[in-house]
Amino acid sequence: MAQKIATREAYGNALAEFGGDSRIVVLDADLSKSTKTDTFRKKYPERFFNMGIAEGNMMATAAGISTCGKIVFASTFAIFASERSCEQIRNSICYPKLNVKIGASHAGLTVGEDGASHQCVEDIAIMRALPNMTVICPADAVETRHAVKAAIEHDGPVYLRLGRLAVPVLYDESSYSFELGKGITVSEGSDVTIIATGLMLQYAMEAADLLKQEGISARVIDIHTIKPIDKDLIIKAAKETGAIVTAEEHSIIGGLGGAVAEVLVENYPVPLKMVGVEDKFGKSGKPDKLLEMYGLTARNIAEKAKAAIKMKMGK
Amino acid sequence: MLSGQKLKELKIFATKIRIETVKELGNLGFGHLGGAMSIVETLSVLYGEVMNIDPKNPGWEDRDWLVCSKGHAGPAVYAALALKGYFPIEELMTLNKPGTNLPSHCDRNKTIGVDMTTGSLGQGASLAAGVALGNMLDGRKNYTYLILGDGELQEGQVWEACMAAAHYKLDNLTAFLDHNGLQIDGNIADVMSPEPVTEKFKAFGWNVIHIDGHDIPQIIDALKKAKEVKGKPTMIIADTVKGKGVSFMENQAGWHGSAPNKEQRDQAIAELDAYISGLEVE
Repeated sequence: MAQKIATREAYGNALAEFGGDSRIVVLDADLSKSTKTDTFRKKYPERFFNMGIAEGNMMATAAGISTCGKIVFASTFAIFASERSCEQIRNSICYPKLNVKIGASHAGLTVGEDGASHQCVEDIAIMRALPNMTVICPADAVETRHAVKAAIEHDGPVYLRLGRLAVPVLYDESSYSFELGKGITVSEGSDVTIIATGLMLQYAMEAADLLKQEGISARVIDIHTIKPIDKDLIIKAAKETGAIVTAEEHSIIGGLGGAVAEVLVENYPVPLKMVGVEDKFGKSGKPDKLLEMYGLTARNIAEKAKAAIKMKMGK
Repeated sequence: MLSGQKLKELKIFATKIRIETVKELGNLGFGHLGGAMSIVETLSVLYGEVMNIDPKNPGWEDRDWLVCSKGHAGPAVYAALALKGYFPIEELMTLNKPGTNLPSHCDRNKTIGVDMTTGSLGQGASLAAGVALGNMLDGRKNYTYLILGDGELQEGQVWEACMAAAHYKLDNLTAFLDHNGLQIDGNIADVMSPEPVTEKFKAFGWNVIHIDGHDIPQIIDALKKAKEVKGKPTMIIADTVKGKGVSFMENQAGWHGSAPNKEQRDQAIAELDAYISGLEVE
């Protein structure tokens, strides 16, 4: 059994690890123990500012601080980052292209018991619609560490989508390499491609194993950067496998599935099936149970993969 | 103490800002004239006397900053910047035209000398507090100035920012409330009153000074007092008149989002020119 670490945990650790750079300033909105920016605060208290429960103010304050040559990380839950302070992010961060990184934790259904009011399944759609914004959704702790590093090095706004739930560490730190905007082919395959983001990558890998048992060869791609999306890798997969399934812990409207669909229809249309939250709000429950209830499972990905292959065959 | 000569210079600078603003908006045919005219003395004092700036080095790290949160007053800010030599005065006639560096709302990536992109009301308060916090963090001794509209106080974000600025003891932040009493839909008192503002800002932990926002010595004195107060930001409530300086524009809500036609423009410039001539013979 692989070690399990939440991406929010890895985020806090990475901020503390790279926080020696005096340009880095971290803000939080009274959730530092949950978003794990507290890990940074303990090490660099002089560059940590709690902004209280006022997310819109936090985002615009982060923008102001960044104009003094700082790299500012502003953290809260994804729901409050992307939706409560959406317009501050748009007008005060994205439009002036300021160096603010939004560390949005507790994204998706796996927030669990807190329920619908806290389960953000629309943030990818909203954030990727903003010009100048880069959107990253790492799959595990290793990828998160590298994503934070890339966000620090990237000059401009970044939205980092992080989860509450501890998830398996899929990558090996010693061999992992992260390039902003470049997907990772996790395993090769020729009949269908499963494109996953965030914690759905583990289920995409499991789905490929299930399909293999049925004699179906599924390629698995990890799209950690949803914007700018790796068009070349997606088009190549469409050409070589002819059928695609997307998997995300997000609404099927406007998220990874939407982003992949945009690439396909404009460049190389092939059958596409989406695994995600079907235009519904979340609900309270155990994270694993919720994933099952909403069809965010390896089994469902495998079923959708077979349906996409059927469409490809014209059946 | 301000010398008579300096006072005259600042009055002339203010009036020139008004003339250029009327020209900009008259040339364009639309825009937000009323609220641009009400902040002119503030701009005149800040750019003409108080702010530590270098028009030849607009990105200078240790400069004083101005965040004009009421971004629709951009044309008055541009006039002040052009008159200070940040860019050629002729450029003012490109306001809001295709390819211009002077959009209707302030944009730090377009206009030389504009320190912050604004336009969405309320956000400038947080942005300015952020600048003050960032500079304080680096131990700089510079000041951040903020111009807020009074209608803007209806945005809850202003109060979030005020709470944070007091909490972090940002005594390097000084705000002006352009207290002109009007907003697009009419009198602020009728639309949604933010009063009593003095008591509110005091309750939010700010040092509050109440002045006539068109009285240059009062503005200078208020800024001097603001610098003497340690451990808290200062709010200068500047009672102003929307459309100030042109007889037929003063105190008319209709001039919030309007520009003069040719005849009105000429009449306004004539009035303002006459005022300068009067000052010069004093």
